[in-house]
Amino acid sequence: MRTYAVAVGKALVLGAMALVDIALVALTLFAFLLTFGLGMIFVFPPTARLIRYRTAFARRLTGTWLGTAVPAPYLPPPLPARPQPDGWYRHERQLYKTPRWPDWNNRWKWMFGDPATWRDGLWLFLNPVVAAALLLLPLTLATGAVLASRSAVPAAVPPLLGCAAVVALIALPHLLRGYAWWNHLLLSPTAKSVLAGRIQRLDQARLATVDSQASELRRIERDLHDGAQARLVAMGMTLGAVEELMDKDPAAAKALLGKVREASSMALVELRDLVRGIHPPVLAERGLGDAVRALALDSPLKVTVTVDLHARPDSPVESAAYFSISELLTNAARHGGAERVSIDISSHDHALRVVVTDDGEGGADPSLGSGLRGIERRLAAFDGVLAVSSPRGGPTIATFDLPNALAEKRRDSRPLPRGKAVIVGICWGLGWLPLFPQGLVTMVMKIIDTEHLSWFLALYLPEPLQWPLIVFNISLGLSMYAAGMIIPAMHSSQRRLAEVVPARLWLGR
Amino acid sequence: MSLRVVIAEDLYLLRDGLVHLLQAHDFEVVAAVESGPELLKALIELRPDVAVVDVRLPPTFTDEGLQAALAARRAVPGLPVLVLSQHVEQLYARELLADGSGAIGYLLKDRVFNAEQFVDAVRRVAAGGTAMDPEVIAKLLASTVRHQPLGALTPREREVLELMAEGRSNAAISQRLFLSESAVGKHTASIFAKLDLVPSDDDNRRVLAVLTYLNAARG
Repeated sequence: MRTYAVAVGKALVLGAMALVDIALVALTLFAFLLTFGLGMIFVFPPTARLIRYRTAFARRLTGTWLGTAVPAPYLPPPLPARPQPDGWYRHERQLYKTPRWPDWNNRWKWMFGDPATWRDGLWLFLNPVVAAALLLLPLTLATGAVLASRSAVPAAVPPLLGCAAVVALIALPHLLRGYAWWNHLLLSPTAKSVLAGRIQRLDQARLATVDSQASELRRIERDLHDGAQARLVAMGMTLGAVEELMDKDPAAAKALLGKVREASSMALVELRDLVRGIHPPVLAERGLGDAVRALALDSPLKVTVTVDLHARPDSPVESAAYFSISELLTNAARHGGAERVSIDISSHDHALRVVVTDDGEGGADPSLGSGLRGIERRLAAFDGVLAVSSPRGGPTIATFDLPNALAEKRRDSRPLPRGKAVIVGICWGLGWLPLFPQGLVTMVMKIIDTEHLSWFLALYLPEPLQWPLIVFNISLGLSMYAAGMIIPAMHSSQRRLAEVVPARLWLGR
Repeated sequence: MSLRVVIAEDLYLLRDGLVHLLQAHDFEVVAAVESGPELLKALIELRPDVAVVDVRLPPTFTDEGLQAALAARRAVPGLPVLVLSQHVEQLYARELLADGSGAIGYLLKDRVFNAEQFVDAVRRVAAGGTAMDPEVIAKLLASTVRHQPLGALTPREREVLELMAEGRSNAAISQRLFLSESAVGKHTASIFAKLDLVPSDDDNRRVLAVLTYLNAARG
C-alpha cells in the first residue's frame, strides 16, 4: 500500500513537472524563432544548455525514482583551442588572437551538431503530452468525466470515464514504467554516440601510447649512446693501444687488457639493466606469474603473490601488467611505507585482474602521483582501468582490469554449429532437384506441351495445379541455394560484428 | 683424471670459447650441444662429471636449459650442473637449490671472462659444492636487509657471509679477504651463532644452510 502511495506521489510530481515544461517549451520555441528566424545564433547555446539541465534532471529522476538508469548521451565536449606555433588561434580559415572565438565556435558546433540535442528537444516538446497520457491519466480521465457530465453527451459516457479513471489509478505503477521506458527511448545514448565516445577515448589512449613509446625509445637510445656504445668505442681504442704496446711494453699492455675486460663487464651490466627495463628476461622466459614472483623476491617488502591464470596473455598485455605491478610495488615501498604487500593475479571471464594491497599509510591519489598516471597511460592502451582505494591510514588497494586480455585467440575458421551445417549441406546437395528436373525442365516440357510425362511429377497433376507446383518447385530450389549461401555468410559476419562492436551496443540498441 | 663435461650453449662463438677454455684447463668435453632436448639426452646418457648449461636455449628460447637441467637432476639426483645466464634471478636460484642436494652453480655469463675463477667454480660444482653468483647473493641480502638477525652482523661478518653463500670454502674466503683461516673460522662460528644455525664443517652443507636460511627469511 505504501509503495503504491509512493508511486502515486511520484506520478503526480513528475506530471506536475511535465506541465511546467510547457513554459519551457514556449521559451524554447521563442529562442528557436530568434535563432533561425532572426539569425541571433547566440541565443542557441544558452537554450540548449537550459534544455540539458532539464533533461539531466529527468535522467536522474528516471534513475533514482523509476529504477531505469539513463546515461547521458552527449558527444564529448570539444577540446580547448590550442595556439599555433606563432601564437594565433585558427578556426577553419580565420585566425584569432585569443582562444575565445574558436572555443565559442567549437562549442556551438558541438551543441548544434549533436543529435542528442535534438532528441532532447523532441523529448521536451512531447513530454507534457506523454506525461498527461501516462502519469496524469487518472486525473485527465476524471476531469473528462466531470466535463462530460455537464455537457450534452450520452449519459453512459461520464460513468464510463470515471471507471476508466479508477482503472488507470490502479494501473499507475505500470504507467510509471511506461514513462520510464519513454524517457529511456529519447534520453539515452544512441549507438552512434556510444561509438563516438569510444572513438574519442581510443584516440586519446593512442596518443598517450605513441607518446610514451616515443619517449621510451628516446631513453633507450640515450642509454645505449652514453653507455654501452661509448664503452665499446673506448674498448676499441684501448685495444688499438694494446696492439702498439704489445712488443714494446708487454706489462703495460697486460694492464690495459685488464681495463678492457673491466669495461666489457660494465657494458654488459648496463645492457642487462637496459634489457630489464625494456622486457624483463623472466617475463619472456616464464610469463607473468613467475616474473611477478621474481619481482616479489627482489623487493625489500614481504610480498605474497597468488596467481590464478588458465592461459598466458599476449606478450604486450603481459608486459603492461608486469610494469604496472612493478610500479605499484615501488610506490608501496617508497611512498606508502608499507611492510607487507599482497599481489593477486586472476582471470575474470576474459579479463585479467590484478589486485595489489599494501599495509602502508595510504593517501595515494592518481591525480597527484605521476607514477599512477603512468600506470593509467600504460593500461589505457589495452582498455585497462586502474582503481585505487587509499584512505589515509591505509590500507591501499590498487586494482586494475585488462579486459579481453585472456580472450581466445581469434580463429578465422570457427565451424558452423552442427544443425546449421546439416541444413547447408542439404540445401547445396538437393537444391538441384526441385530447381532443374522438377522445376525448369518441367516448365519447358509444359510449354512445349509434350506427350511424355516421364518423371515430371507436376504434369501428372490435374491441369489447374500444374503451373503452381512448377513455380513452387523453382522457387524452392532457388531458396535452397540462397539459404546455402546466406547461412554461412551470416555466421561469419555475426562473429565479426560481435568482435568489433562493444558489448554495450548489443545490450543497448 | 680429467673431468668429463657437457656444454650446452646455442651461440656458436660462446660454445666454442667455452670448449677451448675448459679443454685448456684439462677438462674433457664429452658433448657440446645447442638445444634443450639434446642437452637432456646428453646428460642422461653420458652422465658427465659436470654440465655447463645456458638458461636460454632453442627451440623455445625461454628457460629450456634450466628445465632440462632440472629434469636431468630429477632423473639423476645430485648431477652437478653449472647454469650460466645473461641475467640472474633469485627465483631460478631457489629452484636450482630446492632439492637440497648441492652440486649446483648459477653464474652470470660475464664470470667466464675471469677464466681462473670460472674454472674454479666449475671444479667446485663438480666436487658437489655450490657456486652462486655474487649478484644473486647481493640481491638475496638486499631483500632480506630488514630482517633482524642479519642486522646484528658486523660488516666483516656480512662480507664473510656473502662469500660463504657464494659457495666458497674457509680457505678461499681467507685468501679473498686477506685474513687468516682461523679468523675466518671465528667469523663463521659467530655468524652461525647469531643466525641460530647448527655449525657444520662440511663446506657444502654449510652453504646450503646459509642459503636456506636466507630464503626462509624472505618469507
